[in-house]
Amino acid sequence: MSLTSQIIQFLFTGLNVGSIYALVALGFTMIYNATAIINLAQGEFVMLGGLMMVFFTAVLQIPMYLGFFLTVVVVTTLGALFERLAIHPLKNASIITLIIITLAGSILFRGMAMFLWGKDPYGLPSFSSDQPIHIWGATLQPQFFWVLGITGVVLLGIWFFFNRTLAGKAMTACSFNSVAARLVGINVQKMVLLSFSLSAAIGAIAGAIITPITLMEYDRGPLLALKGFAAAVLGGLGSGGGAIVAGFLIGILESLGAGLVSSGYKDAIALLVLLIVLWIKPSGLFGSAEESELKKF
Amino acid sequence: MRDRMRRKDLYSLLLIGLLIVLYPWIVDGNEYFISVLVFLGINSIVTMGLCLLMGYAGQISLGHAAFFGIGAYFSGILTSQYSFHPVVAFFAGIFFSALVAFLVGKPTLRLKGHYMAVATLGFGEIFFIAFNELITLTGGPSGLSGIPSLSFFGQVLEVTAYLYLVWGFVFLLLIFSLNVINSRVGRALRAVHGGELAANAMGVDAAWYKVQVFVLSAVYASIAGSLYAHFITFISPSSFGLMPSIMFLMMVVIGGAGTIWGALLGTAVLTSLPEYLRGLEEFEVLAYGGILMAVLLFMPQGILEGMQKLLKSMRRTRKKNP
Repeated sequence: MSLTSQIIQFLFTGLNVGSIYALVALGFTMIYNATAIINLAQGEFVMLGGLMMVFFTAVLQIPMYLGFFLTVVVVTTLGALFERLAIHPLKNASIITLIIITLAGSILFRGMAMFLWGKDPYGLPSFSSDQPIHIWGATLQPQFFWVLGITGVVLLGIWFFFNRTLAGKAMTACSFNSVAARLVGINVQKMVLLSFSLSAAIGAIAGAIITPITLMEYDRGPLLALKGFAAAVLGGLGSGGGAIVAGFLIGILESLGAGLVSSGYKDAIALLVLLIVLWIKPSGLFGSAEESELKKF
Repeated sequence: MRDRMRRKDLYSLLLIGLLIVLYPWIVDGNEYFISVLVFLGINSIVTMGLCLLMGYAGQISLGHAAFFGIGAYFSGILTSQYSFHPVVAFFAGIFFSALVAFLVGKPTLRLKGHYMAVATLGFGEIFFIAFNELITLTGGPSGLSGIPSLSFFGQVLEVTAYLYLVWGFVFLLLIFSLNVINSRVGRALRAVHGGELAANAMGVDAAWYKVQVFVLSAVYASIAGSLYAHFITFISPSSFGLMPSIMFLMMVVIGGAGTIWGALLGTAVLTSLPEYLRGLEEFEVLAYGGILMAVLLFMPQGILEGMQKLLKSMRRTRKKNP
């Protein structure tokens, strides 16, 4: 394979994992905007999405689209339950407690998954045919296009939600100032619940679409969360657009690094990006330093 | 008041010491039970350091297994492959851990709350990847074997002797920690915890104290790692990844990060938990998550303080209606 076709290959792989990081980062951003909490269980929603999809379509033999729908519904419900049972009862908790409670949630979800599915990785057939597609000498799985397409639809949907619906605008208002939002009659608690449900749904979609490519096992969550968080921080925590761009950027960086430098250290790339951004410019690429000074932590 | 507190600490120390000394006879020399207590001692060393960092300085670390790993790999590699004396390897591990903690701690401890948590998480994960990938040194995912057991004047330490060695360290570090807490440094740390801005205004160099306690906790973890490596003589990266880091944190939180005694209680509870769950391994992670969640929701100060409160309120109700 020539270098150009190799690079095309890496770019496509990068865009694929990148879309997952972008979706995870978006989940972080949403919850952070509504609550100023970093939900360390975010990666677990992706893992649960993948494994639920396996359960519905491969075990129960439910048709793909219905299985996909059920997966999203179940994981969204789990996200909402998590908010009601764990986050909601904690009022005026310290930041350390909030960090640890989402950590506890992630352990609980992981334990559940290990109990239900065991430790083995599961695969899924591609959403359409398994015939690889050749473009400029690069070999691409059809699932690549499913991932990119569905991610695109999700991003459009989220844009529509935040810019064109009342609930979305109410949520934006909460993220600017929750006290002011309450004063104009927005039910902030409901918005918090909604933010957890939505980001669980986004995570579930990410998990369901990526499992045919990367397989899924019970302990995949933390690393996905970390990389998604790296994207969220790189894009400037709180900025949805920034998170998406940074997610794709990290995905491409990672796959180029894996292909051209060393595949063993590929996971370290996103983490190094995370540390470097935090150390040098915690406000991220697109966030303003002044704004990040005012953030709640 | 302070003297009374210290006397209470002294009594607790004596009581635990007596228990440890008698323990081999209590379990009738059962090597398995003794080794559980060895692991408890090793974990306690890590959690004491973490407790100083969390409970007293108010900083969180989700990557302490990395320092535990640095100690273990320094001891393991230097003694098994380069035939260094274990004591030399032990200090090399401490030095390197302290250096890493200093270099990483300086920029990381400037971060607050969530950022600090995620930064330490990422840092720990990078070390986990390095333990896996530096195959020529660490043996990679399949682990490093052939680490020599410790010997004293040509006599290999058997499990009871190792128990006393480990707990000797626990006691030294415990006394040291209690002294740190009751000293100028301890007061400064609590001031930082209470409010960094206020502490700064009172002339406490908050940033420097935080780095110091971070380095100290890394040294504790490294000591524990060295003791761990020589005890089980085989190490692999899975003992130093994310889950162990979270476990150390959980031990501190469940017991109660507010006092060293709480952290030790939490360590004892979580270290012995797998013994109760025998044969139910698939429940283990679920049980950890459940316990942590329950403690956070119902006893946010940890079980030590939670129990004390419960006892007090029970006593009060008994006084009211005799």
